[in-house]
Amino acid sequence: MTGSTQAEASDERIKDQSFVRKALIRPELGGIVGAIAVFTFFLLTAFDSGMFSASGVMNWTVVSAQFMIIAVGACLLMIAGEFDLSVGSMIGFAGMMIAIFSITLEWPVWIAILITFVMCIAIGAINGWIVIRTGLPSFIVTLAFLFILRGFTIFFPQLLERKTIIGGISDAAEGDWLAQIFGGKIGGSFFQMLGDAGIIDVFERGNRMGEPVVDGIPMLIIWALGLVIFGHVLLTRTRFGNWIFASGGDAEAARNSGVPVNKVKALMFMFTAFCATVFATCQVMEFGSAGADRGLLKEFEAIIAVVIGGALLTGGYGSVIGAALGALIFGVVQQGLFFAGVESSLFRVFLGAILLGAVILNTYIRRLITGER
Amino acid sequence: MTAPIIEMKNIQKHFGSVIALAGVSVDVKPGECHCLLGDNGAGKSTFIKTMSGVHKPTSGEIFFEGKPMNFQNPRDAMEAGIATVHQHLAMIPLMSVSRNFFMGNEPVKSVLGMKFLDQKKADEITMTEMRKMGINLRGPDQAVGTLSGGERQTVAIARAVHFGAKILILDEPTSALGVRQTANVLSTVHKVREQGIGVVFITHNVRHALAVGDRFTVLNRGQTLGTAKRGEIEYDELHDMMAGGDELAKLVPEMGKAAQ
Repeated sequence: MTGSTQAEASDERIKDQSFVRKALIRPELGGIVGAIAVFTFFLLTAFDSGMFSASGVMNWTVVSAQFMIIAVGACLLMIAGEFDLSVGSMIGFAGMMIAIFSITLEWPVWIAILITFVMCIAIGAINGWIVIRTGLPSFIVTLAFLFILRGFTIFFPQLLERKTIIGGISDAAEGDWLAQIFGGKIGGSFFQMLGDAGIIDVFERGNRMGEPVVDGIPMLIIWALGLVIFGHVLLTRTRFGNWIFASGGDAEAARNSGVPVNKVKALMFMFTAFCATVFATCQVMEFGSAGADRGLLKEFEAIIAVVIGGALLTGGYGSVIGAALGALIFGVVQQGLFFAGVESSLFRVFLGAILLGAVILNTYIRRLITGER
Repeated sequence: MTAPIIEMKNIQKHFGSVIALAGVSVDVKPGECHCLLGDNGAGKSTFIKTMSGVHKPTSGEIFFEGKPMNFQNPRDAMEAGIATVHQHLAMIPLMSVSRNFFMGNEPVKSVLGMKFLDQKKADEITMTEMRKMGINLRGPDQAVGTLSGGERQTVAIARAVHFGAKILILDEPTSALGVRQTANVLSTVHKVREQGIGVVFITHNVRHALAVGDRFTVLNRGQTLGTAKRGEIEYDELHDMMAGGDELAKLVPEMGKAAQ
């Protein structure tokens, strides 16, 4: 009954795991393979189209960064075991609120942004609170908010301005410190230097003659990278990250072990709302306007990016880096098809196909991890 | 004889008009394995839930290390050192063994004033504790889902012991296991007992109880039918007590008829 011999000798029934198998159970694998495949494809087919020139790279990087911002929130929430289908409507709603506060009510832009953030995070908290208190699937609760928020996004501007697009935000945001954090660009002098040195193209005529075609890194990209790093560190290097996994893996088991599951889930709903608002604010500052149809279908795109990144729809497993790679694949393909001159509607075909492939791969990987057959 | 760690005296628990426990007394001493036997509905689960602070007794007294205790909730009981390993394990299959081991009690280290998970420490402790229990892991990052049912029980037990349990309540730990896995869990119980921890082992399998138990208490319809020491009681006696003498007598002739 001592079991000491058993403890010293290694168990003969445990087979050595092959390197491939070890790599397979990393959640990011699908994202890495997919990203390599996508880049290879476009390098071969669209290299001469300008996709890999400075302005081309900036083009798909910005689109990917947009996907990344909402994918980080959706990823952490999905690992915690919940969905948020109201992300797209939240983007439209947040943008519209900024426009109404700053243009219709003529408040300073920074106050408009701050109040919008508070409102949207509060709505995220309400989403979470309803899910926790009622025990309903988050799918249904956030589907309700998808319609409620979209409805208000169309109703308010019509009521106040008799139109569904509110413009003029660029002028109002001129010189505003907080607007710069979302809509500004950094590294302008560096890109000017690259332009002068002939490393990147410069405009050859017009009133911007001599300026580089890429005149700085948009803050949108900085936000995306910041959120990815924050999300990754939070998930893998902190106690709270372990609680996120535990809450999504088995909420009852987590509760038995003393994990504050409700708090974790509520905070993740709030974080998702925060990410959506960051997306909306960057978009409004870039376009200078807010439209009632902004953010349509973004909730699904975020979820698809997360699933391509290896997260399980059932929660408890996934990776922020994977989700970011999923977003990158998205951005590159969406813009790449344009550069390659392919009919853009085919992007949706690609979307559906890659989603199906990713889910099948993930299910297989889950069986590998848990040893089911 | 050493003083008991926990003493439950004449515990009654009523749920509305239903009397689930009608005066049950049990005590657990350090380093002993006290088996709680009983058929389904005998009140085993209600009793251990009272012990672990989930239910408050309607009447009766609980003494913990000689002092009267009044647990308000499971956290109180856990902090006092009463750990329960449930039938439905508090384990998450998709997470690694070390992440499961420290779930809710993660070690942290400070880097630049911020608290980060101390993964290295968690991994080392997990490997050491599991080796003590006779389980060699492929690595601390092995997912719990790849472990067998018996090994998962052992992880849960090792975790409770590491976090300072004085009383370990095992709720039907062997009910869903095969023969070999059951033997592993029973040997784990033996190792835990050697560390001076009092084990409460709930089962309706008399054979498993006799294999590790020091004392046996049989519950029937919310009442104690007495506590017996190891060697003072036989397999058949325990078995009859569990079914409650009369009923078994009635059952046997019918079974005899069926066999003919």
